[in-house]
Amino acid sequence: MAVTVKDYAGSVKPTWCPGCGDYGILAAVKQGLVQAGLAPHQVLMVSGIGCGSKLPDYATVNGFMTLHGRPLPVATGAKLGNHSLKVVTVHGDGDSMGLGMGHFIHTARRNLDIVDLIQNNQIYGLTKGQYSPTSDRGFVTKTSPDGAIEQAASPVALALTAGGTFVARGFAGDVKGLAGLIAQALEHKGYALVEMLQPCVTFNRKNTYDWYRERVYNLQEDGHDPSDQVAAFAKALEWGDRIPLGVFYQTRRPTYEEQVAGLEQGPVATRELKPLTADEVERLRAELG
Amino acid sequence: MRTINNMTFKIAGAAGQGVESSGAGFSEALAQGGLHIFAVQDYMSRIRGGLNFFQVRVHEQPLYAHEDAVHILLPLNEEALEAYRDDVVKGGGIIYDEGLKVDPQAAASRGRRAMPVPLLDIAKEHGERVMANTAALGAAAGVVGYSYERLADVIRKNFRSKGDDVVAANLRVARGAYLYAEERYAADFEWKLKQVDGAPHRYVMSGNQALALGALAGGCRFISAYPMTPATSIIEWMAKHEHSFGVVTKHAEDEIAAINMAIGANFVGARAMTATSGGGFALMSEALGLAGMNEVPLVLVEAQRGGPSTGLPTRTEQSDLLFVLHASQGEFPRLVLAPGTIEECFEVGWRSFNLAEKYQTPVIVLSDELLAASLRTVEVDAVDLHKVVIDRGKLLTNQELDALEGEYKRHRFVEDGISPRAVPGHPNAVYATASDEHDEFGHICEDQENRVKMMQKRMTKLETARQDIEPPTRYGPEEAPTVLIGWGSTYGVLREVVDRLGGEARLVHFCDLWPFPADAAEALQGGRLVVVENNYTGQFKQLLQSETCIQVDQVISRYDGRPFSPEDVLASLKEVD
Repeated sequence: MAVTVKDYAGSVKPTWCPGCGDYGILAAVKQGLVQAGLAPHQVLMVSGIGCGSKLPDYATVNGFMTLHGRPLPVATGAKLGNHSLKVVTVHGDGDSMGLGMGHFIHTARRNLDIVDLIQNNQIYGLTKGQYSPTSDRGFVTKTSPDGAIEQAASPVALALTAGGTFVARGFAGDVKGLAGLIAQALEHKGYALVEMLQPCVTFNRKNTYDWYRERVYNLQEDGHDPSDQVAAFAKALEWGDRIPLGVFYQTRRPTYEEQVAGLEQGPVATRELKPLTADEVERLRAELG
Repeated sequence: MRTINNMTFKIAGAAGQGVESSGAGFSEALAQGGLHIFAVQDYMSRIRGGLNFFQVRVHEQPLYAHEDAVHILLPLNEEALEAYRDDVVKGGGIIYDEGLKVDPQAAASRGRRAMPVPLLDIAKEHGERVMANTAALGAAAGVVGYSYERLADVIRKNFRSKGDDVVAANLRVARGAYLYAEERYAADFEWKLKQVDGAPHRYVMSGNQALALGALAGGCRFISAYPMTPATSIIEWMAKHEHSFGVVTKHAEDEIAAINMAIGANFVGARAMTATSGGGFALMSEALGLAGMNEVPLVLVEAQRGGPSTGLPTRTEQSDLLFVLHASQGEFPRLVLAPGTIEECFEVGWRSFNLAEKYQTPVIVLSDELLAASLRTVEVDAVDLHKVVIDRGKLLTNQELDALEGEYKRHRFVEDGISPRAVPGHPNAVYATASDEHDEFGHICEDQENRVKMMQKRMTKLETARQDIEPPTRYGPEEAPTVLIGWGSTYGVLREVVDRLGGEARLVHFCDLWPFPADAAEALQGGRLVVVENNYTGQFKQLLQSETCIQVDQVISRYDGRPFSPEDVLASLKEVD
C-alpha cells in the first residue's frame, strides 16, 4: 500500500504560535517523506531543542528529541548503528549554528547518508527573543539592544566549505517547493542539507513572510548549475535584496558508512547478537599470546 | 645467599628511549618462563624526554601489586640513574652502559653494586646502536641467570615483522650482553630467576585490554570515543578488531559527540560504549542524563587520572567517585561498577552491557590509570570467553513486535519500572521520545501526575537493579582485627597487605558501587575499619558512612598521582599503632 501524508499524521496538537513557519515545515516534511516513498517505521527523525525541534512530537514517525545542539552526533551514532534506517535530523539555527556548529561541520565533511533539516528563523524563539548566530548584523533583540555586531553564519556556505554533497535552501512559506527539496535530499546518497527559511511571527518582526517573498528566487529557474561548485559558493554568499532558494550544489562522494569496514557484515543493530563462536574464541586466544 | 624468583626490575629513561617496549618485552619473556609478573608504568605527558620508568615485579606465586624495593635498575641515561638509584636495595645492582657519565662510587653507595656493561659497543659490534636496549635486557637476564632462550623467544616474536636479519642481529646483541654480564656479575649476585617448568600457559594483560575483550565478548560492536589518557587504549583495541569482528569504531570530534553517538547507536539497538577519563566525562555529563531520561542503555568507561582540570594526565587517582555518582542535572538511575583486577575488568566488560540493557539506563565503569595500564600475568581461565552471557532484558524480539497490538508505549508504567523496549524499525512500534519529561508514549508532557509517576518509574529501576548488585568481596581471615576497605584498583595492594600481616587484617573490596550494596554493613562487622583510597577527601569513606551509618576509624589516602605500594599501606597502618 502506498504511503500517504495521513500515515505521518500525529496525535498531538502543536504548541507553535498561530502563523509560525514550523507549520509549513511540518507539512513539507511529511510531503517530502511521502514523495520519497518512505513509511514512518523506516525513518528515524532526530531533533534537538527549540520550537522546531518538537516537530517529531507532532507527527507519527520514529523520533528522538535529544539535547540542544546534539542531534547530529546522536543521528551519526544511530546511522552507524543501523544504516538501513533513513535518518533525518531537524533542528533550529541556535541548535545547529550555536552549540552544534562543530558537529555540523564534522557531519557534513563525513558525508554520512543523512538528511539535515535546519529551521532558520534567525531568532531564539523558545527562550523568547534573543539574537541567533544567523541573525543579520544590526538585528535588535533583548541580548543585542544596540543591534547584533557579529557576521551572520550561513548554513549553506558552511556546508559547502565542509564538503556537504547536497546543499539546498527552501522557504517555509513555499510548502510545495520545500517538500520537493526535502524529497530530493532524501533521495540523495550522502550528507544532504536543506536550510529552511522560517518566519518567527512572535519574536522576529524583520524577517517576515512578506520580507522573504519580496526577495526569494529559485536557483533552478535562474539557470544555476548545481554541479558547479564555484557558482554554488557565489550563490551561497548572496543574501540581502535577493535570496536564492533551491539546490546550490550536488555531487556524489562515497558515504561514510560505505567506507566503514565494520559495517561490511551489515547493520550492527540487525545482526543477531550472540556469544562468540568457538572459532572467534580461538582467534582471540591466539592473539592474547 | 640466594633469593630465587622474587625480585623487581626497574627500567628507566627518557620518553622515546624505548622504556615501555623494553619493559613489556622483558615481562613477556618472564611470563613465558612460567613466572608471574606485575608491571607498573610511570611516564610523563610528553612524547620525548623527561623521565619514565617501567617496573616489573617477578615471583613464582601470583602477584597483585608492585613493590617499592628494586633489585635491578636499568637506567638508560644518567638522569634515570640519578633519580632512581636509591630505590635499589642493598646488594642490588645497577646495570648501565659504560659510556654513561656516571660516578661508579656514587652508584655503588649504600651497598649497591655498579654493573657497567659496554651495551652500546656490544650493540654496534653485533648489530646496530639502536639495539642497546636489547643488550640491556640481555645483561639483566645474564646477571640473574634467567633462561636466555625465553628472552630469545620474545625477540624472535617482537622483531619478526622487521625481517630475519633484524631478528638475528638482536639475538647476537642479547647473547653478547648476556654472556658479558653473567661472567662479571652473576656469581655473587643474590637475586636469581629460574624458569618454572611445567607451569600453565598464562596471559600478560592490562585492565583496559581485559575490559575491551570483555565488551567485545559481550556483544559490543560500536565504540565512539575521543582519545584521552588513560582510556585511549580501549578504542585502539576495538579498532584493531574492526575487520575481524565487525566492530564500528568512531573517533569522534569531541567527548560530547562521542557519548551522543554511543547513545544514538544504543537507541537503534546496537550494543555501544564510550570511554574517557575525568575531563572527557565532565563534557559528557549532560548526555549522561539524556540516556537516563530516555531510558537508553549506555556503557561508559571512566578511567580516572589525577585531577582537577588537566591534572596529572598520565598518573593515577580515584578522585572521580562522587562526580560519577552525581554528574548531570536532575535525578535518574545509574549503575557504577569499579573493577579492581584483570579478572573483574573482563567480567565487568560484558556484564555492564547486560545491566545497561536490562535496566535501560547508563552503566558507568570506573577504572583508573593504575588498573588501565598495569600488566599482570593471569591464568587463561581468568578471561573465560565461554562463560560470557548475553541478556538483553526486555528488548522486544521481532516475533513479539509482530504480535504487538495497539499503540506502542515506549515508557509504559510497569511495576519494576522497566518497560518493554522496541528499537526503531518495526511498523507496530513507531514512537518518538523526548528528553523533555514525557508521557508513556514519549510525547512531551508537563502534567504533574504524569511527572510524579514517570520519576517513580525511572527511579524504581534503581531499586530493581539491586538484585544484580554483587556484595563486596572478602579476602583474609574473618576474625582479623583490622578491616581494610577498598574499591577499584586498590584490590591488589590491599590483598598483599593482608597476606603480609598474616591474620592481622582482612580485606573488603567493593566492585559494585551503585546502587550501593545492601549487604555492605554486614561485611564490615567487627574490627577496626580502615578505608584506603587514592584521593584527598576520602570519597568512598563519605559514601560508605552516608549509606551505612558505619563510622570509619582511619582513612589512608594518597593523592600524588602514584599508586599505593604495600609498604605505604603498612607504614600508614603502623602510624596509628
